[in-house]
Amino acid sequence: MKELNDLKMKVLDLLKEDARRSPSLLATLLGVSEDEVTTAIAELESDHVIVKYSAVVNWSKIEDEKVTALIEVQITPERGRGFEGIAERIYLYPQVKSVYLMSGAYDLLVEVEGHNLREVANFVSEKLSPIESVLSTKTNFILKKYKQDGIILEDHEEDTRLMISP
Amino acid sequence: MILDEGRVTEHKKSMESYLAPLVREIAPSGIRKFFDLVSANKDIITLGVGEPDFVTPWHVREACVYSLERGRTGYTSNAGMPELREAIGRYLEESFQVKYEPLKQILVTVGGSEAIDLALRALIVPGDEILIPEPCYISYSPITAIGGGVPIGIETTSENGFKLTAEALEAKITPKSKVLILCYPSNPTGAIMTYEDWLPIAKVVEKHDLIVISDEIYAELTYGEKHVSFASIPGMKDRTVLVSGFSKAFAMTGWRMGYACAHEDLIAAMLKIHQYTVMCAPVMGQVAALEALTTNGLEEKDRMMESYNQRRRLVVQGLRDIGLDCHEPQGAFYAFPSIQSTGLSSDDFAQRLLVEAKVAAVPGNVFGLGGDGFLRCSYATSVAQLTEALDRIGRFVEKLKKG
Ligand SMILES: Cc1ncc(COP(=O)(O)O)c(C=O)c1O
Repeated sequence: MKELNDLKMKVLDLLKEDARRSPSLLATLLGVSEDEVTTAIAELESDHVIVKYSAVVNWSKIEDEKVTALIEVQITPERGRGFEGIAERIYLYPQVKSVYLMSGAYDLLVEVEGHNLREVANFVSEKLSPIESVLSTKTNFILKKYKQDGIILEDHEEDTRLMISP
Repeated sequence: MILDEGRVTEHKKSMESYLAPLVREIAPSGIRKFFDLVSANKDIITLGVGEPDFVTPWHVREACVYSLERGRTGYTSNAGMPELREAIGRYLEESFQVKYEPLKQILVTVGGSEAIDLALRALIVPGDEILIPEPCYISYSPITAIGGGVPIGIETTSENGFKLTAEALEAKITPKSKVLILCYPSNPTGAIMTYEDWLPIAKVVEKHDLIVISDEIYAELTYGEKHVSFASIPGMKDRTVLVSGFSKAFAMTGWRMGYACAHEDLIAAMLKIHQYTVMCAPVMGQVAALEALTTNGLEEKDRMMESYNQRRRLVVQGLRDIGLDCHEPQGAFYAFPSIQSTGLSSDDFAQRLLVEAKVAAVPGNVFGLGGDGFLRCSYATSVAQLTEALDRIGRFVEKLKKG
């Protein structure tokens, strides 16, 4: 793992807030040249520190809402490969949104998204559970998302300051 | 009203005539006048706000909620909770290398505002002249006048980066001069004073035996050069009332938490007024202020500073691109561009900007001598709003040029 320089850290912070900020805006905010910013971003991208730019969506705002479950999975690690092989078999499914190796009572935490409960349940019973080394699964459906990746989805804090103050 | 044959009739005398002349004569604040123009119009983007756009960090709010739940709702000692005064003392020593005896030389007040008032009231003998470098924060001169002092403005100029010079100070000194009020980093100019800038000022202060009230409420908000407290200049500590608070650096304006540090005899005098007028600063605010000074709080503060610095660059660059002269503000969260190239007065410019471009900013003339021809633009507002405001100012200035 690399130690990032100060400029790259600041670029990351600013892009995490708003990935659509232009290099010229970032350069002004950080007091450096646009070239420096462009180079920093190019390096962050080629090093896969920045993996992708994507929108944070509040799906509950639209009709065709999705359901998401966090599934706790216990597995027996494979000889020689540990958890990697099984994790890959799981994360390659497109309906799997994230997979984490965990410490504690279970091994993998798998986030699965579907159009409805049945779809997710079917995925668990037909795809996930039958995998040979999967010992058990426990499915927890998410009822409401309040905050995701540091972003409060329905932020109620509004600017209540006076328009003019000394 | 008086009772007349059992009927209530209007009093002949106007209420005005009851008022103390000193109070009656205070002019309404120029900011207030301008505020009335800014209706609750949602389309207006405001660069007129003199307070952080951050909400107080959650751990600070939570500490207050927790103490309320546990029923901590009583008075504290008049000078403030001893733990808080100790924490302020440690913080000032670590951050600005000034050492105060927490229990004797530090007084917790209702905002820096009360600290300024207490210091002036404790010091002014009617007729004393109070030296005030301008453009400056709008409360010094009225508070001076209420206390019977005579405010003497000292004009600072953009040529000197709005710094106070020994010559300008010396030129206003008379046998009646008693107190010098300093405010660096400055509201509204963003100017700061370095160690080298302070030395000649300290000499004049010593020579004329002045007392200094140093309002260092923006001490944490400097960009590049670290703030140098006037009290840290050799020989100045015992002549200085250091005023500061939590409003700006810790995003806590509504909590009304400030403090004063000075020689114990002066603090004792200020405490006398404080205990009879406000008793003590609110306990809820004190609990929150204590939390703000923890490691966690200081880190949040640094995060906010970095964000102000970024927005400062954006606004200064933007104003210069528009063609407005803008000296580099090195502190606080204000840019103070000159609008002289447009040929308009500050008042006219600000009013037309508001009506024609829907951007609110404060005309420089309300801050006293040397302020006309300038505009105070607060950049404590989101990057998106600032970008839009700069666009609007740009189009407005373009339109002015075309006539
Ligand atoms: C220079 C200066 N001093 C003092 C104050 C008052 O601050 P407080 O909220 O601590 O009373 C302000 C607030 O705008 C200020 O700008």
